[in-house]
Amino acid sequence: MFMTEIFSAFLLTLLVVTALAAVKTRNLFVSVMLTGIYSLLIAINFFLLDAADVALTEAAVGAGVATVFFLGALALTAEKERTPSAYRPVAIGIFIAVTLVLGYATLGMPSYGDPDAPVHVHVAPFYLEKTPEFIDIPNIVTAVLGSYRGYDTLGEVFVVFTAGIGVMFILGVRPSRKPGGTAMIASGENGLRHYLIPRVVGRLFIPFILLFGLYVQFHGEYSPGGGFQAGAIIASSIILYALLEGEERALRLIPRRVLNGLTAGGALLYGAVGVAGMLAGGNFLDYSVLASDPVKGQQMGLLIIEAGVGITVTGVLLTIFHAFAARERFG
Amino acid sequence: MELALDIASWILMSAGGAFVFIGGLGVLRMPDLFTRMHAASVTDSMGPPLILAGIMLQSGLSLATFKLVAILVFLMLTSPTASNALASAALLAGTKTLDEAGDDAEAEDAS
Repeated sequence: MFMTEIFSAFLLTLLVVTALAAVKTRNLFVSVMLTGIYSLLIAINFFLLDAADVALTEAAVGAGVATVFFLGALALTAEKERTPSAYRPVAIGIFIAVTLVLGYATLGMPSYGDPDAPVHVHVAPFYLEKTPEFIDIPNIVTAVLGSYRGYDTLGEVFVVFTAGIGVMFILGVRPSRKPGGTAMIASGENGLRHYLIPRVVGRLFIPFILLFGLYVQFHGEYSPGGGFQAGAIIASSIILYALLEGEERALRLIPRRVLNGLTAGGALLYGAVGVAGMLAGGNFLDYSVLASDPVKGQQMGLLIIEAGVGITVTGVLLTIFHAFAARERFG
Repeated sequence: MELALDIASWILMSAGGAFVFIGGLGVLRMPDLFTRMHAASVTDSMGPPLILAGIMLQSGLSLATFKLVAILVFLMLTSPTASNALASAALLAGTKTLDEAGDDAEAEDAS
């Protein structure tokens, strides 16, 4: 127990150092790498706090896909940050004020592991006690996320969906592209020759990454995981394919039309489950009425909405990746 | 028996930790990109296997050990590949090796 706390303190210190370094450096490439390290460190911290689901999400999205997107954005812009004006009194003043307020606020928080903390006495006991009876799955996080708080998750899926549409609007769905342009992905003969070993090993791993993604997707009721993490993992495997084989071939594998279908289809599937519950005589997103046995209905509903989440997340992440990759470098 | 296993896993994990530490030291102290990568990548293939072997001795024959083996295989294949990709990217970008940089400096001195 004591060792864990020392380790946490060490990790949190590293976290602060990484964050400061990421802010301090003027080289944006270094900054992106540090952001990835930051995500990995915070994921370990989440894991130490027994939040395995959140840790998995942070590792897959924060350290994995987000880093790729940052690099994609960097490939379109400059690598160096412009030097800012040296002294900014307003910014420093706001920084100090916010730090003081947040520091003061931490004094009011319950101490670490306090059983009487508000989060542990409000609805959590109900979830822990009733989940085996109502839904009968071991991973209560999935039950909370998909069933008890299904509205929130529906909202999150639509946030992801909206983000995908936003990126498509800003970067353009089908940008004009000259053959032989300086696109982000090295598609010239010269680039790929040097990357023989990554290509071979990458090809070897893609099926296993996909398999692991499906495991995380459909084992989410039993172990940490679910649609968000699985979507990120599956999207990463296809992004890996695009990086190795060139963006064109990845687009031939999953064309834009299919991507749009995935993006919208997953969110629609989620909503449709809710509507199906209403048609069957229950409330919106009430899965109990989906099957004759309420527990089976809950499990079925969870499985389908998680699939919807996974499909939308995969579609949006791939759409964003292609939007970045198809763009040519400015100036 | 249990004691012997504990001692063995302790030795393995300490050795792994030592390798990682030396690798970190090498990354800090080596003079240029390629020698630094050498320090990092060599310990990448020595440190994690030893540490994972130590953990495997602790977990015994169980699902956890199988997962550790999977992680080990993944690491053994990906970390040399990552090193290779990094090195060839550096070569393509025109990063000079220590020798070449030294030659250039000498040529500048001579001229």
